Amino acid sequence: MTTLALIDYGSGNLHSAERALRAAASLAGSDIVIDVTSNAGRVARADRIVLPGVGHFADCAAGLRAVDGMTDALEAAVISGGKPFLGICVGMQLMAEWGLEDGKTRGLGWIAGDVRRIEPDEGLAVPHMGWNGLVLQQDHPVLKNLGDDPHVYFTHSYAMVPANQADIAATADYGGPITAAVARDNLFGTQFHPEKSQRVGLRLLANFLNWDPS
Amino acid sequence: MLKTRIIPCLDVKDGRTVKGINFVDLRDAGDPVALAKAYDAQGADELCFLDITASHEGRGTMLDVVRRTAEQCFMPLTVGGGVRSAADLVQLLRSGADKVAINSAAVANPAVIAECAAKGGSQAVVVAIDARKSGDSWEIFTHGGRQPTGIDAVEFAAEAERRGAGEILLTSMDKDGTKSGYDIPLLKAITETVSIPVVASGGAGSAQDLAPAVLEGGANAVLAASIFHFGEVTLAEARQALADAGAPVRPFET
Repeated sequence: MTTLALIDYGSGNLHSAERALRAAASLAGSDIVIDVTSNAGRVARADRIVLPGVGHFADCAAGLRAVDGMTDALEAAVISGGKPFLGICVGMQLMAEWGLEDGKTRGLGWIAGDVRRIEPDEGLAVPHMGWNGLVLQQDHPVLKNLGDDPHVYFTHSYAMVPANQADIAATADYGGPITAAVARDNLFGTQFHPEKSQRVGLRLLANFLNWDPS
Repeated sequence: MLKTRIIPCLDVKDGRTVKGINFVDLRDAGDPVALAKAYDAQGADELCFLDITASHEGRGTMLDVVRRTAEQCFMPLTVGGGVRSAADLVQLLRSGADKVAINSAAVANPAVIAECAAKGGSQAVVVAIDARKSGDSWEIFTHGGRQPTGIDAVEFAAEAERRGAGEILLTSMDKDGTKSGYDIPLLKAITETVSIPVVASGGAGSAQDLAPAVLEGGANAVLAASIFHFGEVTLAEARQALADAGAPVRPFET
């Protein structure tokens, strides 16, 4: 029996992510157990890890660090242990070295780069809110079979700017390219919300459940 | 490129949809969850529930509707109506709403907007503005459009943005129910003032009414109720009409 730890640290999209992961498991034909947990030990023992997150980078970073032993458990399971990891929205942003939302906040430092306010030209609205097309930059198993011209749901005012272009898995066009997904080794992160992106989102989550990066 | 969102809006009272609804192949058109699923299957880009329940008991019913919808529909869900405080917002977000619309409470006390943004993030806070033309400007009305406030709609939209709103849901009281199209001058006045997304509401009578709200009015999304509920316009027809007029829409295959 394999388990997925969905980390509970007070994030608003926790239950949406849980429901979508259960639906995705059914779609993937997987009997994986979805364990919603704030227990570092259970995260350390899980086979896969999902970190959700909405709202403010600094609040989420503080919330995660407030959970006893959690960042150490993540570091051990994901960086040393190579377990497949998915970060969603601010959960993805936290993979960066720094968040620049209201001051400078340290992230997990797994992907070199910062999270900066998006400043689109052409008088485009911020937040970037709604459905936008994915422009795939990597041929990645998590991005397979999403259909022609896949669209996903975004809602954010900040985006990751990776130092290495090679870490960008997909972009979206919003007055220029913005980072929509990052990937390296066993790490995957989406700026958009797969749990709110209907069929495309469920397919992506199902792909993550079947993904073997080793 | 970001696409125009098409948002069906359901009025819900004591857990049931209230406006007459004529939906093909739907056993219980009074059940908001069944309707939400039908719109999900048709490719709605987002759903909006407006709770018009007056009683306290009905609030719990609405939370249950939100919970059951979020269990079955993996799409963005906005809930409004009777939201008074950041505590109300948190309760709705926990039940499965992605965004919460605040109307009268935000007008009465704009500090509520910042309190809500601090609790749920700006992206979760929609300020709903009901406006009516008054001389050369637009005045905000509250309490379902019955109560004048003397507050200028454009100035209030700017204040809402300053205080942390992530979106404006703009309803024209002059156009609402007329089926004569959205209020383009009102939309322009607001979208030229704020840099957050604006959802157009009030007046859609046909699929052809949608595109001007975006192309002329500058709206990021179009919200409508009766044209969808009565089956006058399908989501596919709405997408097609927007695309034909040059407003980008999300490709969706049913």
